[in-house]
Amino acid sequence: MPTFVYMTKCDGCGHCVDICPSDIMHIDKKYRRAYNIEPNMCWECYSCVKACPQNAIDVRGYADFAPLGHSVRALREEKKGTISWRIKFRDGREKNFVSPIRTTEWNSIKSPAEFEAPSERSRHSQELSHEPDALKIAGGLPTLRPDQLKIGKV
Amino acid sequence: MFTVNPFTESSAYISVFYMKAYIILMILLVFGGTVFDVIHKGSAKYFFYAWKNNRESKTIGSKNILSVLMHTTIEALVSGEFCNWRRRACHLLTMYGFLAYIFSTILMIFFYSNTAQGVPVVVPVLWYVGSFSVCIGGYWFWFFVRVDVVAEGKSRFQFVQADLFILLTLTSVTLGLIWGCTAEIDAIWTRILFTLYLFFTALLFGTVPWSKFSHMFYKPVASFQKHISQEDGSRDNLPPPSSNSELLGSVRRVPRNY
Repeated sequence: MPTFVYMTKCDGCGHCVDICPSDIMHIDKKYRRAYNIEPNMCWECYSCVKACPQNAIDVRGYADFAPLGHSVRALREEKKGTISWRIKFRDGREKNFVSPIRTTEWNSIKSPAEFEAPSERSRHSQELSHEPDALKIAGGLPTLRPDQLKIGKV
Repeated sequence: MFTVNPFTESSAYISVFYMKAYIILMILLVFGGTVFDVIHKGSAKYFFYAWKNNRESKTIGSKNILSVLMHTTIEALVSGEFCNWRRRACHLLTMYGFLAYIFSTILMIFFYSNTAQGVPVVVPVLWYVGSFSVCIGGYWFWFFVRVDVVAEGKSRFQFVQADLFILLTLTSVTLGLIWGCTAEIDAIWTRILFTLYLFFTALLFGTVPWSKFSHMFYKPVASFQKHISQEDGSRDNLPPPSSNSELLGSVRRVPRNY
Protein backbone atom coordinates (compact mmCIF):
# COMPACT_ATOMS: atom_id res chain seq x y z
CA MET A 1 0.00 0.00 0.00
CA PRO A 2 1.27 3.46 -0.76
CA THR A 3 2.00 6.34 1.55
CA PHE A 4 -0.62 8.78 2.69
CA VAL A 5 -0.43 12.09 4.53
CA TYR A 6 -2.35 13.18 7.60
CA MET A 7 -3.40 16.66 6.54
CA THR A 8 -3.79 17.95 10.10
CA LYS A 9 -0.20 17.03 10.93
CA CYS A 10 1.52 18.08 7.70
CA ASP A 11 2.86 21.64 7.65
CA GLY A 12 3.78 21.62 3.96
CA CYS A 13 7.54 21.87 4.55
CA GLY A 14 8.36 19.79 1.45
CA HIS A 15 10.94 17.37 2.93
CA CYS A 16 8.99 14.44 1.47
CA VAL A 17 8.78 16.08 -1.95
CA ASP A 18 12.51 16.60 -1.86
CA ILE A 19 13.39 13.03 -0.97
CA CYS A 20 10.84 10.95 -2.90
CA PRO A 21 12.78 8.89 -5.49
CA SER A 22 9.66 8.47 -7.61
CA ASP A 23 8.80 12.17 -7.50
CA ILE A 24 5.24 11.35 -6.53
CA MET A 25 5.00 13.45 -3.38
CA HIS A 26 3.69 16.87 -4.34
CA ILE A 27 2.24 19.92 -2.67
CA ASP A 28 -1.53 20.15 -2.99
CA LYS A 29 -2.74 23.29 -4.71
CA LYS A 30 -5.84 23.60 -2.59
CA TYR A 31 -4.42 23.11 0.90
CA ARG A 32 -0.66 23.53 0.35
CA ARG A 33 0.00 20.23 2.10
CA ALA A 34 1.91 17.25 0.77
CA TYR A 35 0.09 14.38 -0.90
CA ASN A 36 0.87 11.33 -2.96
CA ILE A 37 -0.11 12.11 -6.55
CA GLU A 38 0.36 8.60 -7.91
CA PRO A 39 -0.24 5.99 -5.20
CA ASN A 40 0.14 3.04 -7.56
CA MET A 41 3.68 4.17 -8.42
CA CYS A 42 4.80 4.18 -4.78
CA TRP A 43 7.29 1.39 -4.09
CA GLU A 44 7.09 1.80 -0.32
CA CYS A 45 10.68 2.84 0.21
CA TYR A 46 9.58 4.72 3.35
CA SER A 47 11.88 7.63 2.49
CA CYS A 48 9.12 10.20 3.00
CA VAL A 49 7.90 8.48 6.17
CA LYS A 50 11.39 8.68 7.64
CA ALA A 51 12.09 12.21 6.43
CA CYS A 52 8.85 13.81 7.66
CA PRO A 53 9.66 15.98 10.69
CA GLN A 54 5.99 16.04 11.72
CA ASN A 55 5.47 12.26 11.48
CA ALA A 56 2.56 13.11 9.24
CA ILE A 57 3.11 10.36 6.67
CA ASP A 58 2.02 6.81 7.16
CA VAL A 59 2.08 3.71 5.04
CA ARG A 60 0.65 0.29 5.38
CA GLY A 61 3.18 -2.51 5.43
CA TYR A 62 3.21 -5.60 3.26
CA ALA A 63 0.44 -8.05 4.01
CA ASP A 64 2.82 -10.91 4.84
CA PHE A 65 4.08 -9.31 8.02
CA ALA A 66 1.47 -6.71 8.77
CA PRO A 67 -2.05 -7.65 7.73
CA LEU A 68 -5.14 -5.50 8.18
CA GLY A 69 -5.55 -3.80 11.50
CA HIS A 70 -1.83 -3.34 11.96
CA SER A 71 0.39 -0.29 12.15
CA VAL A 72 3.96 0.30 10.98
CA ARG A 73 5.47 3.58 12.00
CA ALA A 74 8.97 5.04 12.00
CA LEU A 75 10.60 7.70 14.16
CA ARG A 76 13.80 9.26 12.87
CA GLU A 77 16.03 10.97 15.41
CA GLU A 78 18.81 12.79 13.61
CA LYS A 79 20.70 13.91 16.68
CA LYS A 80 20.95 10.35 17.93
CA GLY A 81 21.57 8.97 14.47
CA THR A 82 18.84 6.38 14.92
CA ILE A 83 15.61 5.29 13.35
CA SER A 84 13.08 3.39 15.43
CA TRP A 85 10.26 1.21 14.19
CA ARG A 86 7.10 0.18 15.98
CA ILE A 87 5.06 -2.57 14.42
CA LYS A 88 1.71 -3.38 15.93
CA PHE A 89 -0.04 -6.53 14.76
CA ARG A 90 -3.77 -6.81 14.72
CA ASP A 91 -3.68 -9.53 17.37
CA GLY A 92 -2.11 -7.05 19.79
CA ARG A 93 1.52 -8.15 19.47
CA GLU A 94 4.04 -5.38 19.17
CA LYS A 95 7.62 -5.30 17.92
CA ASN A 96 10.06 -2.44 18.36
CA PHE A 97 13.33 -2.02 16.49
CA VAL A 98 16.07 0.59 16.66
CA SER A 99 18.64 0.91 13.85
CA PRO A 100 21.49 3.31 13.22
CA ILE A 101 20.96 5.73 10.36
CA ARG A 102 24.67 5.41 9.58
CA THR A 103 27.75 3.82 11.09
CA THR A 104 30.30 6.45 10.19
CA GLU A 105 30.61 9.88 11.65
CA TRP A 106 28.81 12.77 10.03
CA ASN A 107 30.93 14.48 7.35
CA SER A 108 33.43 11.63 7.39
CA ILE A 109 32.56 10.64 3.81
CA LYS A 110 34.39 12.67 1.17
CA SER A 111 32.25 14.31 -1.45
CA PRO A 112 33.26 13.83 -5.14
CA ALA A 113 34.62 17.39 -5.23
CA GLU A 114 37.12 16.60 -2.49
CA PHE A 115 38.88 13.97 -4.58
CA GLU A 116 41.69 14.88 -6.94
CA ALA A 117 40.73 15.45 -10.55
CA PRO A 118 41.29 12.26 -12.61
CA SER A 119 44.47 12.13 -14.67
CA GLU A 120 44.49 11.65 -18.44
CA ARG A 121 45.70 8.06 -17.97
CA SER A 122 42.92 7.20 -15.52
CA ARG A 123 40.33 8.58 -17.93
CA HIS A 124 41.27 5.89 -20.42
CA SER A 125 41.36 3.21 -17.77
CA GLN A 126 38.54 0.72 -17.44
CA GLU A 127 38.33 1.43 -13.74
CA LEU A 128 35.70 3.81 -12.45
CA SER A 129 36.47 7.05 -10.66
CA HIS A 130 38.48 6.66 -7.43
CA GLU A 131 39.02 2.98 -8.02
CA PRO A 132 40.82 0.97 -6.76
CA ASP A 133 41.19 3.07 -3.56
CA ALA A 134 37.43 3.53 -3.07
CA LEU A 135 36.88 -0.23 -3.34
CA LYS A 136 39.98 -1.01 -1.26
CA ILE A 137 41.33 -3.36 -3.95
CA ALA A 138 44.75 -1.85 -4.54
CA GLY A 139 46.16 -5.25 -5.50
CA GLY A 140 43.63 -5.66 -8.30
CA LEU A 141 40.16 -7.14 -8.52
CA PRO A 142 39.80 -10.47 -6.70
CA THR A 143 39.57 -13.16 -9.34
CA LEU A 144 39.32 -16.91 -9.29
CA ARG A 145 42.25 -18.89 -10.60
CA PRO A 146 41.44 -21.81 -12.95
CA ASP A 147 42.37 -24.33 -10.28
CA GLN A 148 39.79 -22.79 -7.96
CA LEU A 149 36.99 -23.38 -10.42
CA LYS A 150 36.55 -26.98 -9.37
CA ILE A 151 33.62 -27.98 -7.21
CA GLY A 152 34.52 -27.92 -3.55
CA LYS A 153 37.64 -25.79 -4.01
CA VAL A 154 37.59 -22.10 -3.29
CA MET B 1 -0.10 60.06 11.74
CA PHE B 2 0.64 56.77 13.53
CA THR B 3 -0.77 58.05 16.82
CA VAL B 4 -4.17 59.07 15.40
CA ASN B 5 -7.18 56.77 15.34
CA PRO B 6 -7.97 56.47 11.58
CA PHE B 7 -11.53 55.39 12.32
CA THR B 8 -12.42 58.77 13.80
CA GLU B 9 -11.65 60.22 10.35
CA SER B 10 -13.89 57.68 8.65
CA SER B 11 -16.75 58.52 11.03
CA ALA B 12 -17.15 61.69 8.95
CA TYR B 13 -18.62 59.67 6.08
CA ILE B 14 -19.75 56.43 7.76
CA SER B 15 -21.65 56.28 11.01
CA VAL B 16 -19.99 54.61 14.02
CA PHE B 17 -23.10 52.47 14.39
CA TYR B 18 -22.51 50.94 10.94
CA MET B 19 -18.85 50.36 11.69
CA LYS B 20 -19.76 48.50 14.90
CA ALA B 21 -22.42 46.50 13.02
CA TYR B 22 -19.79 45.64 10.38
CA ILE B 23 -17.40 44.31 13.04
CA ILE B 24 -20.16 42.19 14.62
CA LEU B 25 -21.10 40.86 11.18
CA MET B 26 -17.46 39.88 10.53
CA ILE B 27 -17.28 38.03 13.88
CA LEU B 28 -20.51 36.18 13.01
CA LEU B 29 -19.13 35.31 9.56
CA VAL B 30 -15.98 33.80 11.11
CA PHE B 31 -18.02 31.87 13.67
CA GLY B 32 -20.55 30.63 11.11
CA GLY B 33 -17.86 29.80 8.55
CA THR B 34 -15.83 27.82 11.07
CA VAL B 35 -18.89 25.84 12.25
CA PHE B 36 -19.83 25.13 8.63
CA ASP B 37 -16.25 24.05 7.90
CA VAL B 38 -16.17 21.73 10.91
CA ILE B 39 -19.51 20.12 9.93
CA HIS B 40 -18.70 19.92 6.22
CA LYS B 41 -15.24 18.39 6.62
CA GLY B 42 -16.24 16.24 9.58
CA SER B 43 -13.08 17.32 11.40
CA ALA B 44 -14.70 17.30 14.85
CA LYS B 45 -16.13 13.85 14.14
CA TYR B 46 -12.65 12.63 13.11
CA PHE B 47 -11.06 14.27 16.16
CA PHE B 48 -13.36 12.51 18.64
CA TYR B 49 -13.13 9.22 16.72
CA ALA B 50 -9.32 9.36 16.88
CA TRP B 51 -9.48 10.44 20.51
CA LYS B 52 -11.65 7.44 21.43
CA ASN B 53 -9.90 4.81 19.33
CA ASN B 54 -6.24 5.69 19.70
CA ARG B 55 -6.20 5.85 23.46
CA GLU B 56 -4.53 3.01 25.24
CA SER B 57 -5.54 1.69 28.63
CA LYS B 58 -3.48 4.29 30.48
CA THR B 59 -5.67 7.09 31.73
CA ILE B 60 -4.35 10.58 32.16
CA GLY B 61 -4.99 12.60 35.27
CA SER B 62 -6.32 16.13 35.20
CA LYS B 63 -2.91 17.41 36.35
CA ASN B 64 -1.24 15.85 33.31
CA ILE B 65 -3.95 17.20 31.00
CA LEU B 66 -3.26 20.66 32.41
CA SER B 67 0.47 20.27 31.77
CA VAL B 68 -0.25 19.10 28.19
CA LEU B 69 -2.54 22.09 27.75
CA MET B 70 0.24 24.40 28.92
CA HIS B 71 2.74 22.73 26.60
CA THR B 72 0.36 23.02 23.62
CA THR B 73 -0.35 26.67 24.38
CA ILE B 74 3.35 27.53 24.56
CA GLU B 75 4.00 25.65 21.32
CA ALA B 76 1.17 27.55 19.60
CA LEU B 77 2.45 30.89 20.95
CA VAL B 78 5.94 30.36 19.52
CA SER B 79 4.77 28.51 16.37
CA GLY B 80 6.89 25.59 17.56
CA GLU B 81 5.37 23.15 15.07
CA PHE B 82 7.41 24.63 12.20
CA CYS B 83 10.78 23.05 11.54
CA ASN B 84 11.91 25.66 9.00
CA TRP B 85 12.98 28.90 10.73
CA ARG B 86 11.88 31.09 7.79
CA ARG B 87 8.38 29.65 7.84
CA ARG B 88 8.33 30.06 11.59
CA ALA B 89 9.47 33.70 11.45
CA CYS B 90 6.88 34.50 8.75
CA HIS B 91 4.17 32.82 10.77
CA LEU B 92 5.08 34.63 13.98
CA LEU B 93 5.16 38.03 12.27
CA THR B 94 1.83 37.42 10.53
CA MET B 95 0.11 35.84 13.54
CA TYR B 96 1.04 38.46 16.14
CA GLY B 97 0.61 41.27 13.63
CA PHE B 98 -2.88 40.06 12.75
CA LEU B 99 -3.89 39.69 16.41
CA ALA B 100 -2.61 43.19 17.24
CA TYR B 101 -4.37 44.59 14.17
CA ILE B 102 -7.71 42.90 14.97
CA PHE B 103 -7.77 43.77 18.68
CA SER B 104 -6.71 47.38 18.14
CA THR B 105 -9.39 47.74 15.40
CA ILE B 106 -12.08 46.48 17.80
CA LEU B 107 -10.82 48.78 20.56
CA MET B 108 -10.68 51.84 18.30
CA ILE B 109 -14.16 51.29 16.84
CA PHE B 110 -16.02 50.20 19.95
CA PHE B 111 -14.36 52.42 22.57
CA TYR B 112 -12.53 55.30 20.91
CA SER B 113 -14.36 56.07 17.66
CA ASN B 114 -15.98 59.20 19.09
CA THR B 115 -13.81 62.21 18.25
CA ALA B 116 -14.52 63.72 21.66
CA GLN B 117 -12.73 60.81 23.31
CA GLY B 118 -8.96 60.80 23.30
CA VAL B 119 -7.47 57.46 22.21
CA PRO B 120 -4.42 56.20 24.13
CA VAL B 121 -1.43 56.48 21.79
CA VAL B 122 -0.61 52.81 22.21
CA VAL B 123 -3.83 51.65 20.46
CA PRO B 124 -3.33 53.26 17.01
CA VAL B 125 0.40 52.51 17.25
CA LEU B 126 -0.53 48.87 17.85
CA TRP B 127 -2.80 49.00 14.80
CA TYR B 128 -0.02 50.30 12.54
CA VAL B 129 2.67 48.02 13.99
CA GLY B 130 0.32 45.05 13.59
CA SER B 131 -0.46 45.97 9.98
CA PHE B 132 3.24 46.39 9.14
CA SER B 133 4.03 43.09 10.79
CA VAL B 134 1.34 41.28 8.75
CA CYS B 135 2.70 42.86 5.57
CA ILE B 136 6.33 41.95 6.30
CA GLY B 137 5.53 38.34 7.27
CA GLY B 138 2.91 37.90 4.57
CA TYR B 139 4.86 39.30 1.65
CA TRP B 140 7.98 37.46 2.76
CA PHE B 141 5.97 34.23 2.74
CA TRP B 142 4.26 35.04 -0.54
CA PHE B 143 7.40 35.96 -2.50
CA PHE B 144 10.12 33.79 -0.96
CA VAL B 145 8.93 31.04 1.37
CA ARG B 146 6.00 29.27 -0.35
CA VAL B 147 7.20 25.79 -1.18
CA ASP B 148 6.00 25.68 -4.78
CA VAL B 149 7.66 29.02 -5.49
CA VAL B 150 10.95 28.26 -3.74
CA ALA B 151 11.36 24.74 -5.00
CA GLU B 152 9.53 24.40 -8.25
CA GLY B 153 10.32 27.85 -9.56
CA LYS B 154 6.67 28.56 -10.24
CA SER B 155 5.59 32.13 -10.74
CA ARG B 156 5.06 34.16 -7.60
CA PHE B 157 1.83 35.35 -9.17
CA GLN B 158 0.32 31.94 -9.79
CA PHE B 159 -2.86 31.88 -7.71
CA VAL B 160 -4.35 28.67 -6.36
CA GLN B 161 -7.04 28.13 -3.76
CA ALA B 162 -4.42 27.61 -1.05
CA ASP B 163 -3.46 31.27 -1.51
CA LEU B 164 -6.94 32.62 -0.80
CA PHE B 165 -6.32 33.28 2.89
CA ILE B 166 -2.87 34.85 2.61
CA LEU B 167 -3.84 36.92 -0.44
CA LEU B 168 -7.03 38.30 1.07
CA THR B 169 -5.23 39.01 4.36
CA LEU B 170 -2.48 40.88 2.55
CA THR B 171 -4.86 42.80 0.29
CA SER B 172 -7.13 43.78 3.15
CA VAL B 173 -4.33 44.81 5.54
CA THR B 174 -2.33 46.62 2.84
CA LEU B 175 -5.39 48.61 1.77
CA GLY B 176 -6.12 49.35 5.43
CA LEU B 177 -2.57 50.53 5.97
CA ILE B 178 -2.59 52.83 2.93
CA TRP B 179 -5.99 54.18 3.89
CA GLY B 180 -4.84 54.64 7.52
CA CYS B 181 -1.83 56.66 6.37
CA THR B 182 -4.01 58.88 4.16
CA ALA B 183 -7.18 58.97 6.28
CA GLU B 184 -6.63 62.56 7.31
CA ILE B 185 -7.03 63.65 3.67
CA ASP B 186 -10.70 64.11 2.92
CA ALA B 187 -10.85 63.28 -0.79
CA ILE B 188 -12.92 61.02 -2.99
CA TRP B 189 -10.03 58.57 -3.53
CA THR B 190 -9.57 58.02 0.21
CA ARG B 191 -13.26 57.10 0.40
CA ILE B 192 -12.82 54.69 -2.54
CA LEU B 193 -9.79 53.25 -0.72
CA PHE B 194 -11.88 52.81 2.42
CA THR B 195 -14.67 51.09 0.44
CA LEU B 196 -12.13 48.70 -1.11
CA TYR B 197 -10.68 48.05 2.35
CA LEU B 198 -14.13 47.13 3.69
CA PHE B 199 -14.86 44.98 0.63
CA PHE B 200 -11.66 42.91 0.88
CA THR B 201 -12.02 42.60 4.66
CA ALA B 202 -15.54 41.23 4.16
CA LEU B 203 -14.14 38.80 1.58
CA LEU B 204 -11.44 37.67 4.03
CA PHE B 205 -13.92 36.90 6.80
CA GLY B 206 -16.66 35.69 4.47
CA THR B 207 -14.58 33.01 2.74
CA VAL B 208 -13.68 31.03 5.87
CA PRO B 209 -15.11 27.71 4.55
CA TRP B 210 -13.00 27.94 1.38
CA SER B 211 -9.80 29.41 2.75
CA LYS B 212 -7.52 28.15 5.51
CA PHE B 213 -8.69 30.83 7.93
CA SER B 214 -10.00 28.25 10.40
CA HIS B 215 -6.54 26.65 10.74
CA MET B 216 -6.02 28.99 13.68
CA PHE B 217 -8.72 27.05 15.54
CA TYR B 218 -8.11 23.45 14.50
CA LYS B 219 -4.29 23.43 14.47
CA PRO B 220 -4.02 23.92 18.26
CA VAL B 221 -6.65 21.17 18.74
CA ALA B 222 -4.66 18.76 16.53
CA SER B 223 -1.50 19.69 18.44
CA PHE B 224 -3.27 19.06 21.76
CA GLN B 225 -4.37 15.64 20.56
CA LYS B 226 -0.78 14.84 19.50
CA HIS B 227 0.60 15.76 22.92
CA ILE B 228 -2.11 13.80 24.72
CA SER B 229 -1.18 10.72 22.65
CA GLN B 230 2.45 11.18 23.72
CA GLU B 231 1.43 11.52 27.34
CA ASP B 232 -0.76 8.40 27.43
CA GLY B 233 1.85 6.28 25.65
CA SER B 234 -0.13 5.56 22.47
CA ARG B 235 1.95 8.17 20.59
CA ASP B 236 -0.26 7.69 17.53
CA ASN B 237 1.45 4.31 17.17
CA LEU B 238 4.88 5.93 16.86
CA PRO B 239 7.83 4.19 18.51
CA PRO B 240 9.22 5.69 21.71
CA PRO B 241 12.41 7.76 21.46
CA SER B 242 15.49 5.54 21.33
CA SER B 243 17.79 5.32 24.33
CA ASN B 244 20.93 5.78 22.20
CA SER B 245 23.26 8.59 23.07
CA GLU B 246 23.96 11.25 20.48
CA LEU B 247 27.01 9.68 18.87
CA LEU B 248 26.73 9.67 15.11
CA GLY B 249 23.84 12.03 14.67
CA SER B 250 23.49 15.48 13.24
CA VAL B 251 20.95 18.25 13.33
CA ARG B 252 18.26 18.14 10.66
CA ARG B 253 19.51 19.88 7.57
CA VAL B 254 17.43 22.23 5.51
CA PRO B 255 16.34 20.31 2.40
CA ARG B 256 18.25 21.13 -0.74
CA ASN B 257 15.24 22.12 -2.79
CA TYR B 258 12.70 23.16 -0.20
